[in-house]
Amino acid sequence: MTAVQQTVIYEQAMDLNFLDEVYSIPGGEKIKDCIQCGTCSGSCPVSWAMEETPRQIFAMIRAGMRDKVLDSTTIWTCASCYQCMHRCPQEIKITDIMYMLKRMAIRESRKRSKNAAALSRAFFDIVNKKGRNHETSLMLKVVLSTKPLSGISLAPVGLGLITHNRLPIFGKKVRDIGGLRKIVAKAKELGGE
Amino acid sequence: MRYAYYPGCSLEATGRPYEESVAAVSKALGIELVELEDWNCCGATAYMSINETLSFSLSARNLCQAKKIGDTLVTACSACYTNLRKTETYLAEFPEIKSKVNTSLAEAGLSYDGGIVTKHFLQTVVEDVGLDHVKSLVKHQLSGLRVAPYYGCQIARPYGIEDDADNPTMMDKLLMAIGATPTYYPMKTVCCGGSLMGIRKDVALRLCRNILLCAQQYDAQCIAVTCPLCQMNLDAFQSSINKTYGTSFKIPIVYFTQLMGVAFGLDSKGLGLKDCIVSATEVAARYA
Repeated sequence: MTAVQQTVIYEQAMDLNFLDEVYSIPGGEKIKDCIQCGTCSGSCPVSWAMEETPRQIFAMIRAGMRDKVLDSTTIWTCASCYQCMHRCPQEIKITDIMYMLKRMAIRESRKRSKNAAALSRAFFDIVNKKGRNHETSLMLKVVLSTKPLSGISLAPVGLGLITHNRLPIFGKKVRDIGGLRKIVAKAKELGGE
Repeated sequence: MRYAYYPGCSLEATGRPYEESVAAVSKALGIELVELEDWNCCGATAYMSINETLSFSLSARNLCQAKKIGDTLVTACSACYTNLRKTETYLAEFPEIKSKVNTSLAEAGLSYDGGIVTKHFLQTVVEDVGLDHVKSLVKHQLSGLRVAPYYGCQIARPYGIEDDADNPTMMDKLLMAIGATPTYYPMKTVCCGGSLMGIRKDVALRLCRNILLCAQQYDAQCIAVTCPLCQMNLDAFQSSINKTYGTSFKIPIVYFTQLMGVAFGLDSKGLGLKDCIVSATEVAARYA
């Protein structure tokens, strides 16, 4: 009985608004067409490292398992390579829906997303400040905000890049940073995030 | 031939050898690349995780800058390429996104109504310049050089080049035109992990290991790439891969533009070959 209770989701536990949230993104309503064929999971180069495969995630979305989906590390294991989206026979924008799930997890400050989201956040901050990404700052920020000790194992990689003049100390900045920031502020407001 | 050109952030740092070789090869081919004025980051894959409207607005700002120069925008980075094409597609397909993006752009006095065709530099060379012209510039045929043609993921996918998405041949043809031998390479479009190297290193290292292993199995002497992130993951992390998996890979990861430069007999200093971390100079020296 316990095993059954663990796998069966009762209607009252479902978050039926979740599906509407997914439908709301452009092209999101296509998820209705999913036939659970598993082509996405079979094509995904990293499904072996995921908690749930992409096919399972889509079944879970449709079952209203909001918390379980947003707390799954699957969404952060997606490398955005678009292989699933290219092969999906129902033309579901799978990669773009994964992006949306990442956005929701970040917005809700989901605990299990904390480390994985660090890269996106660091990137976002740098670009908002300078207008361009500065890879040197990005690498430092990610290492320091997640696991500073792992920086030791990364040192030879960084050193290799520095000695080959591929990690400049200073980054370049957009001249009209004022204009860019205005665009960013407006888009943030309109994007609702 | 004159094009608007978008280098992207990586080409200013980890991908600097790519930038240098694109410039050198363009000059030889008679392509004039006019850099976008005051361009900004394309958002890469990470930005989309934070805010969609904003991500599209960033690329749209660059597309506005391109409009000032012409109708075709060229970029050599596969991630920038995908983002620019994706933005173009979404703005055309979803009017509500277009309107949000334009409301944002208006804050800086800009607007974008579509119409820019973004091309990867590989396409510019193969489709616009043409392989006949490429062949005519070859001074040193790269005879006997076995090259694994690694396209990576972004360039071949839904927003990518019009080629077979699972088995593209555009770069293969280019490699043959400069006398090299593209090897059989079933990992052509399998992802290298991209930015997962920053958050799931274990996963990215394994993907890169497979890409290197496959090249080794088909006796490739080097891997040719079209994307700065693929290059960095396979090149700068090759020693980490060897350490993790007990392998002894020593496979140079070169940009297709660097190989073109060698075949054209261009000065190797201007091709950034010495800045590959796994040394590519021995491979190049044979044809100098």
